[in-house]
Amino acid sequence: MAIFALKRLGVAILVALTVSLITFSMNYLSGDPAITIAGEGARIEDIENIRKYYGFDRPIMVQYLDWLWNAVHGDLGRSYGLRQPVADVIFQRLPTTMLLGACAITFGLTLAIPLGVLAAVKPNSIFDRAALTLAVIGQAMPTFWFGLTLILVFGVMLRWLPITGQDSWWNFVMPAIALGYNVAPAVMRLTRAGMLEVLASDYIRTARAKGLRPMTVLFKHALRNAVIPVVALAAVQFGFMLGGSIVIETIFQINGLGYLAWESIQRKDLPMMQAIVLILSIIYVVITFLADMLNAFLDPRIRVS
Amino acid sequence: MAETTASRSTLARAGIQTAEEIMAPTPGAMIRRRVFGHVGLMIGSFILVTIIAMAVFANVISPHDAYDQQLARKLIPPIWHDGPKVTWAHPLGTDHLGRDYLTRLYHGAQVSLLIGFSAMIISGLIGTILGVMAGYFGGRVDMFVNFLITTRLSMPVILVALAVVSIVGSSLTVVIWVLGLLIWDRFAVVMRSATQQVRSLEFITAAEALGCSHMRILLTELAPNVMNHLIVVATLEMAHAILLEAALSFLGLGVQPPTPSWGLMISEAKGLMYYDPWLIAIPGLALFMLVLSINLVGDGLRDVTAPENRS
Repeated sequence: MAIFALKRLGVAILVALTVSLITFSMNYLSGDPAITIAGEGARIEDIENIRKYYGFDRPIMVQYLDWLWNAVHGDLGRSYGLRQPVADVIFQRLPTTMLLGACAITFGLTLAIPLGVLAAVKPNSIFDRAALTLAVIGQAMPTFWFGLTLILVFGVMLRWLPITGQDSWWNFVMPAIALGYNVAPAVMRLTRAGMLEVLASDYIRTARAKGLRPMTVLFKHALRNAVIPVVALAAVQFGFMLGGSIVIETIFQINGLGYLAWESIQRKDLPMMQAIVLILSIIYVVITFLADMLNAFLDPRIRVS
Repeated sequence: MAETTASRSTLARAGIQTAEEIMAPTPGAMIRRRVFGHVGLMIGSFILVTIIAMAVFANVISPHDAYDQQLARKLIPPIWHDGPKVTWAHPLGTDHLGRDYLTRLYHGAQVSLLIGFSAMIISGLIGTILGVMAGYFGGRVDMFVNFLITTRLSMPVILVALAVVSIVGSSLTVVIWVLGLLIWDRFAVVMRSATQQVRSLEFITAAEALGCSHMRILLTELAPNVMNHLIVVATLEMAHAILLEAALSFLGLGVQPPTPSWGLMISEAKGLMYYDPWLIAIPGLALFMLVLSINLVGDGLRDVTAPENRS
C-alpha cells in the first residue's frame, strides 16, 4: 500500500508541475505579454516599463521558477484588473464554487445510483429502458440551455425558485440541478454495469441461498462492491464540474470561482486566469489522488497490480 | 458433438457447404438486418441526415439572407403563436435585429457541423496516434502517454479554451484548433485499451514472426480491428466538440457575430428570453437534437459492430 501510494503521489506531483508549466506558458501565447498589458496605442517606453515592472525582461526559465516558487508559497501574483493579490480573491470565492459543486454532485449521485440499481435489478424492463432513455437525453442537453430553461420554467413561469444570487439555500437548487444532471448518465451506466456483474457472482447466490432478505442482499452485499468504481468516477466528475461551473455561475450570477474566471477573461486579467486554471487543476489532481487511495483501500486488487 | 465438427470440417475442406451454411444469412445481410433493426440508430441517422442536409443546402433552401437586418420586422413570433405580426414569410419568426430565424438556424447548422467535424478530426489524429503507440509499444511509451492523458484531464477544458481564445483572439479557425488540441483524451484512452486487446492476439504475433515491420502490422493487421472503436469515439467526440463550441459562443468567446451559431443565437436572445422564450427554445432544441442524433448514431454503431458487447 505504501509503495502504491508513493508511486501515485509521484505521478500527482509531476502532473501538477506540468500543469504549472503549461499555465505559465499562457503568458507567451499572444507573443509579448508586455504589449498585451499595455494595450493598443501604447508608447514604446510604457511597454519597456511594464516589461521591467513585471519582470518579463528576464530569461523565461528564471521567470517560470520564480513564478512557481511564489505560487508554492501562496503568492499567485497581483491581478491586473482588481489591483489585489490574486490568491486573496480566489480563496474568497472558492468556497462558493466548492459548495455548488458539492450540491451538484450530491444531486447527480442521488439521481443516478438508485436509477442504476433499479435498471440492473430488472434488466430490459420498463425501468431499465426509462433510465437509459434519461441518460441519452441528459448527455445531449447543453448545460447552459438547460440552466436557462430551468430559470424560465421554475423561476419565471411557476415562480417557485429565485432566479439569481446566492442569499439562501433555495438559490443553489437550480444551479445544482443544471450542473449535476451532467454526471448522472455516466454514473448511472457504471452503477448498472457494476450491479449486473456483481449480481451474477457466486457470493450473491450464496447470500440468496442462505435465505437473506432480498433488500439486504441488494444493498448490503451487492451495492457495496458495485459502487467502488463509482467513487473514482465521481471524483473525476467533481473535478470536471468545478471547471464547468463557469457556465452555470455566469447564468445564475453566483459569485464563485467560475464567475471570477469569466470576469477576468473579459478583463484579460492574465495572472487571475492562470491562477484559476492552476488552482482548479491542482484540486482535480488532489481529489483524484484521494479517490485512488480510497479505491485501493476498498479494493485490495488495485493495490497489488 | 466432436463428430459433427469433424465431419463438418471435412466437408468444408472438400468445398461442400452444409444445408445450414447455405441457408444462413451472409455477413452483409446480418449487418444490414442489425442496422435496420436498431431503433436508436435509425432515429439518430434520420435526424442527423436531416440536419446535415439543412447545412449543405442552407443557401438553396433559406427563404431569406442570414445577415439581412430589417429592424421594422424585428421579433416576429413563430407561426404557432397568435398575433398581428405572425407571418408565413418567417415561419420561425425573426430575431432582435429582424433577421429570419429559420435562415439563421440553417446556417447555424453549418457552423456547428463544421466546427464539430474539424475539431473531431484534429483531436482524433492526436488521440489515436498517442493511444495506439501506448497500446502497441507498451512500457515507457505507455507510461508517458498515460501521463499526458492524466495531465490533460486535470486541466478544465472550458476554462482553458476560454482563456486561450481570449488571449489569441476569437475566430472560427482558432475555436477549431483550441477544441481539437484539448479534447483528444477520450480517443487516446479508448484506442489505447483497444490496441492492447488486439496486440495480444495470435495474428499479431504471427505477423511479427513473419518479420513484418511495425508500420505494416499497425496499418494492415491492427487498424481494421480497432476501427469500430475509433468510429464510436469519433461520433461521441464530435458531439462533445459541438456542445463546447456552443458553450464558448454562448459566453461570447466562440464564433463572433454576425456569424450565425446556435450557441451565439441563444446568447443574443438571453436578455429577451423572459418576454420571448421561443428565441432560446428554438436554437437550444436544434442543438439538443443534433447532439442527441450523433450520440444515438454512435451508440447504435457500437451495438451493431460489436454485438457481443450488447447486454
